Amino acid sequence: MHPFPGLVSGRDMREIIRFTVNGDLTETGVPTHYTLLETLRYILGLTGSKQGCDKGDCGACTVLLDGEAVLSCLLPVQEAEGRSVITVEGLAAGPHPSPLQDAFDLTGAAQCGFCTPGILCSASQLLSENQSPNREDIAQALSGNLCRCTGYTKIFEAVEVAAEATRLGLAPADVLTARRSSDTDSSTLAHFQSPQIVTGK
Amino acid sequence: MLRLHPYEYHRPETVDEAIALLVEHSGDVMPIAGGTDLVPNMKHKLFTPGHLVSLRGIAEMQDIAEDDDGFTIGATASLDRVARDARALRALPSLARACSLVSGPQLRRMGTIGGNVCLDTRCTYYNQTLFWRKALGYCLKKDGTACHVVKGGTRCVAAHSADTATALLPLEAELRIVGPDGERTTPITAFFTSDGVWNRRMEPGELLVSIRVPRPASNTRHSFQKLRARDSIDFPMLNLAVRVDFSEDHLVADLQMVASAMGSYPRRLGKMGVVAAGRWLTAELIDQLAQEAFRQCHPLDNMPIDAEWRRAMVPVLVRRALSEITD
Repeated sequence: MHPFPGLVSGRDMREIIRFTVNGDLTETGVPTHYTLLETLRYILGLTGSKQGCDKGDCGACTVLLDGEAVLSCLLPVQEAEGRSVITVEGLAAGPHPSPLQDAFDLTGAAQCGFCTPGILCSASQLLSENQSPNREDIAQALSGNLCRCTGYTKIFEAVEVAAEATRLGLAPADVLTARRSSDTDSSTLAHFQSPQIVTGK
Repeated sequence: MLRLHPYEYHRPETVDEAIALLVEHSGDVMPIAGGTDLVPNMKHKLFTPGHLVSLRGIAEMQDIAEDDDGFTIGATASLDRVARDARALRALPSLARACSLVSGPQLRRMGTIGGNVCLDTRCTYYNQTLFWRKALGYCLKKDGTACHVVKGGTRCVAAHSADTATALLPLEAELRIVGPDGERTTPITAFFTSDGVWNRRMEPGELLVSIRVPRPASNTRHSFQKLRARDSIDFPMLNLAVRVDFSEDHLVADLQMVASAMGSYPRRLGKMGVVAAGRWLTAELIDQLAQEAFRQCHPLDNMPIDAEWRRAMVPVLVRRALSEITD
């Protein structure tokens, strides 16, 4: 059954779009006036990418198009033809969360979870270009993603932890434990939320 | 959730093909490049063309080329690319800066410099959903007869909000425009009109194909300043581009200021060159120029930011720009 049956009308003019979504070659009929975001969510059932403002302000719909973080809510779906799209669901290579996703979960960077998929995509592009970003680099890279829960502090920390873990080949939990060993108030680490929030699944 | 209207999407590979499509569907067609301005506007039902002609697949519109006399920047070069282009950063720092200050990172990767130059004017009473605009009885710019900014006004005063256009004016850029009747080149100083409803001098079927920016003389300095509510993403609430030409003995030979995000076109402020010529660019002169700019600038209530405060910030931007140049 279609995940959102009411949103797709049989009357819509459609065309076939072929593109790669999270590594899988996909060919699907899409109403010609759909954005990439609507195609991901309402045709392919990939609801990790969020429909927030739906007009380019909030960044919740950010996906990677050929490795570049762009806003899927403003992209006519035809522009994805023949290209590779990675959404939050495709950020982890295997069944386990990526170091970045793990770090978001550990630090409490993913709270309500609405901005998280977009922020993870923006942060992924940053880490693919810069393995040791400073706070300014991170703030710049995430400046098109609005978060109203965290105040960004935990998000910046999560990106730093993920970068350090990847550089040193360690688990994010070990990096975070080392960083917090001098703190008086946190001797143990807890996963703040369920991993669904950071994996989009 | 903001849905788009049904349309047919065309993806030509050459400028000629694009223009043929614009002519074929004349009256019911719009070109789309990055879509970062047009798609939200279509979601607000400000434009509902039955056909869209995408310019993204046209290779000849994407290049950034440098020669001895200057730069030719393809209209669909992304703002992010121009902002990071090492050649542009070296020779055209004010333009690279303007590009880097448009919106946020994702939108700069999608949005194009040509699209920014052709950006639709913006207003509190225009950039709203159909529901919102209908509830207010529409406005002069779209579907209505009354202006809500200037009561009783008969001319639309929506704000020109294109950062790059403001920066390109004192750089004396020229726009290469191709249409069904051939191509023409127009100085950007003659491109904009004072009509906020449609402030670009472009005929239906015409496309902005590239922007020619002459190499600035070695004794010329440029600065671009932008004021916005949030430095991460917002449209300008003030734009200022300043150009100072110095003489061989480091006195000011000429000084230009272009201010925007107030009325419907980027406006060159008067008297600046007369006041500054033949003088050292001292703190005293900067102060005098700042006061002169304040006198000439009158922001309107066309955006949800206090107009008096925006006016008070005019001299601040002038001081920032000129201090940057004297540094």
